[in-house]
Amino acid sequence: MRRATAAGALLAASLTAASADAREHVVVGSKAFPESWVLGEALTLLAASAGATVEHRTNLGGTEIVAQALRAGSIDAYPEYTGTLREVLLHAPGATNDELRAVLARDGLGITDSLGFEDSYALAVAGGVADRASLRTISDAARHRELRAVFSHEFLGRADGWPGLRARYGLDFAEVRGVEHHLAFEALAAGHADVIDAYTTDPEIDRLSLRVLDDDRGFFPRYDAVVVYRLDLETRAPAALTAIRRLVGRVDRQAMAHGNAAVTGGHSTREAAAGLLHDALGADAPSIDAAGAPSMAGVVSAALLRHLELVASSLAACILVGVPLGILASRRKRLAALVLGTAGVLQTVPSLALLALLIPVVGIGVVPAAVALFLYGLLPIVQGTCIGLNTIPGPLAEAAEALGLPSSARLFRVELPLASPSILGGVRTSAVIAVGTATIAALVGAGGLGDPILQGIALRSTPLILAGAVPAALLALAAQGGFALLERAIVPRGLRIRTHD
Amino acid sequence: MIAVEGVEKSYEGRRVLGPLSLEIPTGLRLAVVGPSGCGKSTLLRVVLGLVKPDRGRVVIAGEVMSDANKLAVRRRIGYVVQDGGLFPHLTAERNVTLVARHLGWDEARMRQRVGELAAMTGIDERALTRWPLQLSGGQRQRIGVMRALFLDPDVVLMDEPLGALDPITRRKLQAELSTLFRSLKKTVMLVTHDVPEAAFLAEEAVVMRAGNVVQRGSIGAMARAPADEFVRDLLAPGTP
Repeated sequence: MRRATAAGALLAASLTAASADAREHVVVGSKAFPESWVLGEALTLLAASAGATVEHRTNLGGTEIVAQALRAGSIDAYPEYTGTLREVLLHAPGATNDELRAVLARDGLGITDSLGFEDSYALAVAGGVADRASLRTISDAARHRELRAVFSHEFLGRADGWPGLRARYGLDFAEVRGVEHHLAFEALAAGHADVIDAYTTDPEIDRLSLRVLDDDRGFFPRYDAVVVYRLDLETRAPAALTAIRRLVGRVDRQAMAHGNAAVTGGHSTREAAAGLLHDALGADAPSIDAAGAPSMAGVVSAALLRHLELVASSLAACILVGVPLGILASRRKRLAALVLGTAGVLQTVPSLALLALLIPVVGIGVVPAAVALFLYGLLPIVQGTCIGLNTIPGPLAEAAEALGLPSSARLFRVELPLASPSILGGVRTSAVIAVGTATIAALVGAGGLGDPILQGIALRSTPLILAGAVPAALLALAAQGGFALLERAIVPRGLRIRTHD
Repeated sequence: MIAVEGVEKSYEGRRVLGPLSLEIPTGLRLAVVGPSGCGKSTLLRVVLGLVKPDRGRVVIAGEVMSDANKLAVRRRIGYVVQDGGLFPHLTAERNVTLVARHLGWDEARMRQRVGELAAMTGIDERALTRWPLQLSGGQRQRIGVMRALFLDPDVVLMDEPLGALDPITRRKLQAELSTLFRSLKKTVMLVTHDVPEAAFLAEEAVVMRAGNVVQRGSIGAMARAPADEFVRDLLAPGTP
């Protein structure tokens, strides 16, 4: 669609022989962790400084979804790591950067050179210990058997983690224990450990004055930070792309760690990105007004509103489509099997997979989220309608027919009212599913209460997780209660009373 | 007048009805009696156009029942079901006026007709505002009769109308319905397995067995001179 728009714009431009609307438009994406937010926001600020209108879609759910969004043209650029690209796109961890470029170019995508740092596994040692034992490289550490190591469980388990590293360097530490990643830092700070695994841009490295040991035998795969972008930016938004490229080779490990520390320390992504640009570009950094970051209450109420919009629109579509489908299904056995079967299968598709399938068709943002919610919510309504109609007692259905009512009047005056408790039950189930599932909308940049939850998970911030999870739970309860009230309003009273004789 | 002409109906190769012809002249109250499975319910459904016969046709008050006119023809038939067959989501009054409302009658006309029928069937007006589940069995049956008579049909079909009532209510209602239909001079077809009820409500009866009419006449006459042992056994315990 974007291509069509671009083609249309080009055509219009050539016809008028003037570029009337020359404003470049760029959509930047980022994944659901602080470093990606900060880099994505930095790219956004740079492109904006070049005069482009820029949107930043943040918290996109995982490499597959971002890559799909990029191929589909829903986003134009996002920060990524060469190691991830090799693993996810090429399934060849040993591929060279040229091979990577060639594969990406087939999809109309390009990558910049390294931004200047890599974010990969590393071994970190407490500064004091490193000085005393004069440790600079991992080979140095191999000569000190007395070191106590505390590693994350994941590092201990991955072939490209501890087992491989140990074999490559002949490491034989006196003590090796497994803990949760963030506890490793605590253990080291408290003097219970000497060596831990870390990501090279962990903000803790600076905070605790750790020394990152050189991987002098080149064991860890390279995770150079780069920007992946659509090649058509070169013609569509050359100024923005040039501005984005200014970051190449300018962000060192320390600048990135600062940026991460700013976000984990409670600063807004924009403030952290402004700081990063200042560190990277010095006096050349665009001037940025980072003030006025929205308050927590503002963030949550905006997320709640978006959540409600998503639920309401998908539920409305579910009812408009589901009830007629249920009516059809109640009249044709074969159609019923097909419809209920399809809806049932749809419900078993994991949400992330469904979203990844939808992105090439409808892009990212509110639309795929609403479509996914619609598909998940359809089954209960179709089922409720079909069952409600099929369980109308035979003599009643026959009486309506024998009275001489045409089928449409039978449907609206008799059958649907009689089936209304079952239909409403289906709608209620669908609404509760929608409220719960709408948190996935955040994964495709649609916002909603999933946003604070994803941010909270990435920042290990319980208040932020609760800020999303509690309103979502309350909303589900409210939906339950609201439908109980609605039932009183919609289901005829004659169906709710108890017989007295 | 109801005329059933050469009607046949089979399900999966098994004949359940006919070939059967039956004429109920205008103003006659005829009962169709027989044990369960004799085809009397299928006959009733064929007359209502709910079941399409394989052969033959049904004529109601001069109109041949067809797919094209069956809705209009059904509105000339008043249909009374066991326990009233009322729709639980509608009040008694809304049940009674359901079809008229669909046909676009104005409120005043409907109210007037409801008043007439309430008086005719002996329904307390207060019962009209209640939901079916709040009514007694007898009230439900009276409301069912009101609904059947609302459009002033040419013929009335009754399917085991009093089967669900207790004996006292039943006897009272039998007497009232008998008087009512006699005075209205409607053509009535009553389907029942209850011979005394047939004798009470109808002037004439046909006995059905295995999809066919075995004998026709007044219950008393048939009981005195049964066509065969089947008729004799069926009518014997209920001889008035």
